[in-house]
Amino acid sequence: MSFLEYAPAPESRAILNLRDEYGLFIDGDFRPGTGESFVTISPADETRIATIASASEADVDAAVAAARRAYDKTWSKMSGRDRGKYLFRIARLVQERARELAVAESLDNGKPIKESRDVDVPLVAAWFFYYAGWADKLDYAGLGADPRPLGVAGQVIPWNFPLLMLAWKIAPALAAGNTVVLKPAETTPLTALLFAEILQQADLPPGVVNIVTGAGATGATLVRHPDVDKVAFTGSTAVGREIAKAVAGTDKKVTLELGGKAANIIFEDAPIEQAIDGIVTGIFFNQGQVCCAGSRLVVQESIHDEVVDRLKARLSTLRLGDPLDKNTDIGAINSLEQLNRVRELSRIGDEEGAERWTADCVIPDKGFWFAPTIFTNVQSSHRIARDEIFGPVLSVLTFRTPDEAIAKANNTPYGLSAGVWTEKGSRILAVADKLRAGVVWANTFNRFDPSSPFGGYKESGYGREGGRHGLAAYLKGASAGDAARRVEAGRSKKEVSA
Amino acid sequence: MSGTSIVTLPERAVELLGGQPDDTTLRRYLHGLPGVDAVGLEQRAADLGTRSIKTTSKAWALDKIIELIDLTTLEGADTPGKVRSLVAKALNPDASDPTCPRVAAVCVYGDMVPYAIEALGAAHGDPDEGGVSVAAVATAFPSGRASLEIKLADTADAVAHGADEIDMVIDRGAFLAGRYGLVFDQIARVKQACRREDGTYASLKVILETGELTTYDNIKRASWLAILAGGDFIKTSTGKVQPAATLPVTLLMLEVVRDWYRATGEKVGVKPAGGIRTSKDAIKYLVTVAEIAGEEWLQPHLFRYGASSLLNDVLLQRQKLKTGHYSGADYVTID
Amino acid sequence: MSKRLTVPKTYKLYIGGAFPRSESGRTYEVATPKGDFLANAALASRKDARDAVVSARGAVKGWSGATAYNRGQVLYRVAEILEGRRAQFVDEIVQQTGVSAAVAAAEVDESIDRWVWYAGWCDKFGQVAGNGNPVAGPYFNISVPEPTGVVGVIAPQDTALVGLVSAIAPALVTGNSVVVIASQRYPLSAISLAEVLATSDVPGGVVNVLTGSPAEIAPWLASHPDVHALDLVGAGDLDWVDLQIAAAETLTRVLPPENGTDAAAPSLARITAFTETKTVWHPKSLV
Repeated sequence: MSFLEYAPAPESRAILNLRDEYGLFIDGDFRPGTGESFVTISPADETRIATIASASEADVDAAVAAARRAYDKTWSKMSGRDRGKYLFRIARLVQERARELAVAESLDNGKPIKESRDVDVPLVAAWFFYYAGWADKLDYAGLGADPRPLGVAGQVIPWNFPLLMLAWKIAPALAAGNTVVLKPAETTPLTALLFAEILQQADLPPGVVNIVTGAGATGATLVRHPDVDKVAFTGSTAVGREIAKAVAGTDKKVTLELGGKAANIIFEDAPIEQAIDGIVTGIFFNQGQVCCAGSRLVVQESIHDEVVDRLKARLSTLRLGDPLDKNTDIGAINSLEQLNRVRELSRIGDEEGAERWTADCVIPDKGFWFAPTIFTNVQSSHRIARDEIFGPVLSVLTFRTPDEAIAKANNTPYGLSAGVWTEKGSRILAVADKLRAGVVWANTFNRFDPSSPFGGYKESGYGREGGRHGLAAYLKGASAGDAARRVEAGRSKKEVSA
Repeated sequence: MSGTSIVTLPERAVELLGGQPDDTTLRRYLHGLPGVDAVGLEQRAADLGTRSIKTTSKAWALDKIIELIDLTTLEGADTPGKVRSLVAKALNPDASDPTCPRVAAVCVYGDMVPYAIEALGAAHGDPDEGGVSVAAVATAFPSGRASLEIKLADTADAVAHGADEIDMVIDRGAFLAGRYGLVFDQIARVKQACRREDGTYASLKVILETGELTTYDNIKRASWLAILAGGDFIKTSTGKVQPAATLPVTLLMLEVVRDWYRATGEKVGVKPAGGIRTSKDAIKYLVTVAEIAGEEWLQPHLFRYGASSLLNDVLLQRQKLKTGHYSGADYVTID
Repeated sequence: MSKRLTVPKTYKLYIGGAFPRSESGRTYEVATPKGDFLANAALASRKDARDAVVSARGAVKGWSGATAYNRGQVLYRVAEILEGRRAQFVDEIVQQTGVSAAVAAAEVDESIDRWVWYAGWCDKFGQVAGNGNPVAGPYFNISVPEPTGVVGVIAPQDTALVGLVSAIAPALVTGNSVVVIASQRYPLSAISLAEVLATSDVPGGVVNVLTGSPAEIAPWLASHPDVHALDLVGAGDLDWVDLQIAAAETLTRVLPPENGTDAAAPSLARITAFTETKTVWHPKSLV
């Protein structure tokens, strides 16, 4: 027997206490949706988990109304100290139910339990913990003398880090004094609904947080709702564009966290072993379904062969399989739709003349899977060097000089993140200066902390989440133009075609 | 067991170094190796530590750990009686279970070697073939602070008494002062002192004392240096200094032997020693060996644990797997 | 009907995570305002103070080396435990000071809430008090606040709990350790607080509580070179200028006394007072 074929080490589902059917969470309670309900499945084996309500326009209306009532009557009148106490309670409850939440997240999203347990859920608790402390310290945030909340925030989140994206949205919004209507992604509603139960355990006043499950239409309705003061969206650049157009001319404040095609730059004097780990983390963590994934390896030509060889050897130890097995490194792709997109772009990579190499993994019969893949001989003009694949596919390009590395890294409409690997401190800092990216990781990758601002340049969106900067999105007086009188639109707003 | 042929050593080193192994040449070579990012290294070690080894894998792992232990006593108060007791434990770790495998070796001070060999009797032999070998610490263990003549005499003595393996210490003072040529020379000369009259060699483990070298860059350089100079094994610690073996340090050393194999086709062993007390920890090391160097390193001639109290913890775990309930200290014997 | 016989608590010092009696063996009587016996509190000696400073010094490395997140979690845990023992603290304040239960409850609530306020500063203070500096040259330049080390505190003397909490908590935010001399008249809440600290994951030595005579002990803290900052907030009735002069010998940072009910009111300045600012330069170059 090969030791490396570790015996199954499954995390038990017994800790879960799921309902067969979930309603919408509005005004502190669950209620049926009036849209057509749908089913959420486990992408690892395509089995049904639960039936999920869909929020119609009327439901979204009710949710926004509940958020507005809660804002006017309760939340805006509450002291920062008390808002903070609620957030501390939520943080502690997340910690208490951490294991349960991790299992539910892996089940619904497909990511390995190792990641949901060790990364996602701890960061969720940390995010609430961090922002809890800001609630009664807004005067110190450097965002104006008397920062006030915006009102009701409409928030739409993606499927790649369901509970973590929920935390990134709700924690600062509540700390700043806003109330919230949040729409989870269609394929990953489960942990948001468990979170709603946690809100009940925390005794959060009804209407402060409302969760409306549904598909794209629900999200579109929410962000365009006239009584929503603030829109926050994380997702694709394509949808982000539509939202930006939809709010034009309105008073709505908007922040967008969109796609990326990050360059992971490896200089010849990099700490090679750790750089290999960083490349692997960069593109294969969460199956590459990460906006800030290091999806382009930009490696100094002199060490290209050695790096690619070591990378391939390293990938041979990655284990693909059941997300609930504690030894799984690579889980399932979140949906068939996403899997098809990854396959299609990889096919394009083949056509463009790049050389494909795939790790030797046993693919299960059912479920949505894509083995870790590397494309070498990729050029800047290739689509697989420009389009966000959002899967476990790495494109490898080379450079000769620091200037060239920076130019290639910046040569993209995106600008979310970048990696720099070198032992030379002065080079790290100079390269970081020149990279047009909102997050630069030097000699590390994919590190997140609630105190560290995250967000993009250019088409990766605008606004920051995390840190003192993350409060700005949810406070009046924190952004330019707040005090200016709204200029009347000179002509009627034309309908923008989809 | 295998020992690197001393005849080809200087040529191999000169070839790889591009010159004689003096301070300057060695410095250029060792400081030209890629650096180690400590945070990243420790993160990787922590990740490997999350592997969940259960049921059949765990049972296999526990037996394998026992088979890779150098059961050790290195106390000033050691006596022939203590050594006999250790050997008895080495041959029959679990008094209640004769199916329990034997350890790989016993590790004692040089002057205790004759008693160990006598106590082993017919069981004395190559652990790759089911025997138990005798490893002796030498070269003014643990400090290494003595003249080269003394260290060579210490080594030759142990070899003459029948030690199969020599665990030497490097001169850490010289290493930290940048006198790489001296460190190299001492290792090469100790390797020569491992030569027996019949032309075979005792296997040489080179203890780096990583706790004193402190930085990972130093440990990486010392590892390469020890291998270039002819070591068959690189070993983390004497066990007399804290910190002794750690998972990140061992991971780093496994990366070095892996890269040495890629470069030369030769396999060098790794021995973490000191501080590994629980089965849980020992299993993490097994995982690290398998995922970094490869499963073929999980053999007595390529990997050992320098340990004493680890054995009993492994036996308790082994008993639990067999009986289905927790075991206790009264059910394992003292060595 | 016979009333149940109580088991009165013994009040000792809190040093290095343990509860020793004073090495001098001395105690002093703590009574209600009406003169009824409450307890014998330990009367700390200069040697107790010396031991406390040694403990505090030893604890700085671990406490300041913990992540800010971890410190925030630990301090929040203290608030959780305090909340759970609210009734006990209210009783103790009523007995020591003679105020009504309602007034005592308000004091306990305010103490807990102030503690929570400070807990929430741990992982933010650096963002507010530190920053990058736009120096005129190819250099990365950053200023960060660091803990000063061991902070000696003479707690406000007029309250049993809220003044004590208000003086200790801000020092702990950035990783300092504390040696505090409690209110001489109302020392019992300080030891009960120490019991809370001992059961809240606060490492031993991070907070050390001495009860007794500030007049006797303060000079020893003031002149001790291992006390890096001295908070004289509760020293208004002492010869505090002499204390300040003694502290000046080793350039100890000193905060002056404050009187009144708002002594040691929560402020960012109370955290900053116990920090040093470190500025680091690093060149930037592509070639």
